[in-house]
Amino acid sequence: MLSASDLTALGLTFRLALVSTLILLVTGTPLAWWLGRTRWRYKFLLEAVVALPLVLPPTVLGFYLLVVLGSRGPLGSLMEWLGGRSLAFTFTGLVIGSVIYSMPFVVQPLQNAFSAIGRRPLEVAATLGASPLDRFFTVALPLAKPGFFTAAVLGFAHTVGEFGVVLMIGGNIPGKTQVVSIALYDHVEALEYGQAYALSAILLVISFALLVAVYALNRRFRRVQP
Amino acid sequence: MMEWWNRGEKARWIAVIFCLIPARANAEELQVAVASNFSKAMAAIAVEFEAVSGHRVRVIPGSTGKHFAQIMQGAPYDVFLAADVRRPEELEKRGMVLPGSRFTYAVGKLVLWSPRAGYLDGEGAVLKNGNFRFLAMANPRHAPYGRAAREILQAMDLWAELTGRIVRGENVGQAFQYVKSGNAELGFVARSQLHDLGVASKGSHWEAPDRLYAPILQQAALLKEKVSGREFLAFIRSETGLKIICSHGYDAPDP
Repeated sequence: MLSASDLTALGLTFRLALVSTLILLVTGTPLAWWLGRTRWRYKFLLEAVVALPLVLPPTVLGFYLLVVLGSRGPLGSLMEWLGGRSLAFTFTGLVIGSVIYSMPFVVQPLQNAFSAIGRRPLEVAATLGASPLDRFFTVALPLAKPGFFTAAVLGFAHTVGEFGVVLMIGGNIPGKTQVVSIALYDHVEALEYGQAYALSAILLVISFALLVAVYALNRRFRRVQP
Repeated sequence: MMEWWNRGEKARWIAVIFCLIPARANAEELQVAVASNFSKAMAAIAVEFEAVSGHRVRVIPGSTGKHFAQIMQGAPYDVFLAADVRRPEELEKRGMVLPGSRFTYAVGKLVLWSPRAGYLDGEGAVLKNGNFRFLAMANPRHAPYGRAAREILQAMDLWAELTGRIVRGENVGQAFQYVKSGNAELGFVARSQLHDLGVASKGSHWEAPDRLYAPILQQAALLKEKVSGREFLAFIRSETGLKIICSHGYDAPDP
């Protein structure tokens, strides 16, 4: 049912989702921690920037990336000046696109989780002599565990379903940038409905399973924590 | 309660009603689904046709594959100008176009193009030197311009060698975008794109010889019986129509 190139596309998609999610968890945690606790007046501006990929059509984001990464764009010319190469049509380019595209899905659950902890547990830890770093790792992180889980799964699932950005900056190279949504699109355009059905079904099952896991575990977390 | 119904409001409504009455009793509105690559030429043709006939033309640009699917689902288009032969033929087989109305309205030309001046010579030797990182083209699996690009590379015995460096756009418009933005050094684009955007004089290009690829025939068909539709298709084939088509970088179909 699935051709070798479909399997390659599936593998590539999961690799992309995994790498992007890991990068987002590492970079998103300090950002979310800061957003969740700061009293800075203009915090809302940064929050709007983080939420932007939620409302921007992915093709718009992809088009900007294509122009920025191109050899005449700011980032592309900088890369070439540094002796590097343009990142469009490469796996690294897709990772950059996915990190931007999935950012709100990781940062927002984390920020909510950190805000939900409130000041009290951290203040108590402080009076007991815990250093700021200590308070973060031994109090905040364990309490925000459900948030991390939600963030990771949503970031992963959202990247798996990514289409518009990859369509713009991927170049559809099998084994390098041809992710599963693009392979699926190609099947439909070429009227190969059999393969399109098979791939769609796999994506549907995976996405559903991931969301079920999020909701089921969220329920358990809520029960455990009064 | 009826205060809003003041004199100004009444005048406005009367104006609206007058606008709804056609200027000429036999003037019709025509819905034309046209392949994106032809939309600039179409706009020019529509202006001329409206002036001559008094009919109104509404142009709906889009991908031929999607127009095809929409027409199958009963989209209210009167005329279909496709980017290929396959889709109008397919519609004809299903009895969804008026018999005998299908014809070739333009022949697309493929050009290898780079924004860099002097990069391409008259022979396309760069392709053989392989002195580039990415070559852009439309997806050969379903886009007519991509299919032609693949035929050229196969004829030059370069297809297998270049496969890993070919970036494929969803259509020829995206292939053009890849080159224009500088992400790919060169690419197979439609000659009409270079004409439309006025970049023909900039950079360098190689016009692939006709013998290297099967002609890219673009066909049109009438979907609904309509006087304005017949007139419009006749206008496209008229001398004026053909002149506009050629001035946008297409070849005229063989008579």
